[in-house]
Amino acid sequence: MNEMNNAHNTVREVLLRKNDIMKTSVGIDYQKYEYGAIAFDYERLMAEAGYSLEEIKAIQKDHGVGNTPLKELRNVTKLARKYSKPGYGARIFIKDEALNDSGSFKARRASVACYHAKKLGFKGVIAATSGNYGAAVASQAAKHGLKCIIVQECYDSKGIGQPEIIEKARACEAYGAEVIQLTVGPELFYVFLKLLEETRYFNASLYTPFGISGVETLGSELIENSISLIGKEPDCVVVTNAGGGNLTGTARGIKKTTDQKVEIVGASVNLKGLHMASDTDFNRKSFTTGHTGFGIPFMTNPDRSDVPRSAARPLRYIDKYVTVNQGEVFFMTEALVVLEGIERGPAGNVSLVAAFHLAQSMKEDQTIIVQETEYTGAGKHHQAQLSFARQNGIHVFFGDPKTEIPGKTIVLPNHPGLIECETLDLKKIKGSCIRNLAKDAILKAEDLSFLAEEVSETVAFVKEICEQCHISMEE
Amino acid sequence: MISKGTWVQIRKIVLEPNERASNVPEDTAKVPLLMWVKGRLLEDGELNAIVSVKTMTGRIEEGFLVDSSPSFRHDYGDLVPENLEIAFMVKRLVFGERNE
Repeated sequence: MNEMNNAHNTVREVLLRKNDIMKTSVGIDYQKYEYGAIAFDYERLMAEAGYSLEEIKAIQKDHGVGNTPLKELRNVTKLARKYSKPGYGARIFIKDEALNDSGSFKARRASVACYHAKKLGFKGVIAATSGNYGAAVASQAAKHGLKCIIVQECYDSKGIGQPEIIEKARACEAYGAEVIQLTVGPELFYVFLKLLEETRYFNASLYTPFGISGVETLGSELIENSISLIGKEPDCVVVTNAGGGNLTGTARGIKKTTDQKVEIVGASVNLKGLHMASDTDFNRKSFTTGHTGFGIPFMTNPDRSDVPRSAARPLRYIDKYVTVNQGEVFFMTEALVVLEGIERGPAGNVSLVAAFHLAQSMKEDQTIIVQETEYTGAGKHHQAQLSFARQNGIHVFFGDPKTEIPGKTIVLPNHPGLIECETLDLKKIKGSCIRNLAKDAILKAEDLSFLAEEVSETVAFVKEICEQCHISMEE
Repeated sequence: MISKGTWVQIRKIVLEPNERASNVPEDTAKVPLLMWVKGRLLEDGELNAIVSVKTMTGRIEEGFLVDSSPSFRHDYGDLVPENLEIAFMVKRLVFGERNE
């Protein structure tokens, strides 16, 4: 029954055809933007292959996307102020992205990808995603009459599916997509490439310029909404970070809309110790996205995605990167429901936990924005995920969330004062990124400038890292 | 027997354990890469037999017939009483309620 007997279709042979498959299925010749030993012109790629902010706003307006409300979380703010010094405790706002068609901010990314696929004359679209992006692509494809295939990593080898991913499969099928469900493993990419070759559909990757520029409207709206609600820009925006596209697009949109400095904070759920390609670890985690298992590798090695050059470059924009624990996110998800009357999915609330803690060290007249929510339902609900964790032998209890061990325990905070995000060493992450991008190359002066832009640091910083790691540089 | 034209789910082995990528962890390397897909049954077939289906996008796929008229049964799980405790705790802190 396996296809290895089929000539030309072994994993190795399909991967050898990767670049050609990608060029046809994305319609971008990435080589055109490359220069130096390792550099590429990121801004030119975004400008030539993407759409302007105004064009995207118009596309999204026509397709049920964007203009979501910014809501003040008055009771959550009141709770945070109980743990702040007098005069401290910033106002917390949330951008209710669950109200986009298909229920998440991912509709912004899918709207541009599907519009572009239709414009280029493709018959259908394919996306490799176990997350909300699948439903987003399926929903947008439905609007354009495009066929749609979503490839998911969904089950462990015993056939037990992650409830959150099963719900996403249901949503994709509801919007008319074909859903390919796989067991755990990076060879999903091989299946994905074969499907692109077979169908000749458009690769609606999350990491093309279309996928990223679609999020710029979110950053732009945050500024506009904030000015109209409170008369000024927010001081800080917290973004749940996985592949880096949400952060990149949001920050770019903010920069295009205001000259005022807005602090950009990335937040991920700490899943340290769990291997993302492990069959047995798969159902021992309660978050299938927004976690460090994606956040850190995609930050330190952005081009590991499904296109040759990812348009998600979070280190160009991030000011601070924090992690939170699974128990804290479930706690805040419940708090959001009962204090604000807003029932949303847990994965979208990762940044809410970070904002709850960060607000406590900001002044009362400052504002912090949680830039997304996601829909909730059977499977992708904190009740469903905690129940599933217990069934898989994870101990769920009240205590100090700092003692949580991913894959073994979920520690719900004994009281909200124990909710604290941990700040990661961003310089160290930037150093890893430079090492990954520069390894095996002999760097020219233009590569050093490129790397400095990539990690938003000086050329001197890049040189220092290269010297420490014995990376060759031309004199 | 399941009739031709029925909406079914099939499962196929994409890669045997010895054909998997070299970089997968040990536990994953021991098991095959499996795939599930749904479609319309092209000929009458039996459960667990090898059949062909036409998928939603019109592709033909072959695999073991594992489910006829497949449906979604995922839910909200068993009650997690800790959620009630969280609800009481944060409402008491914000609104001063003592109704637990």
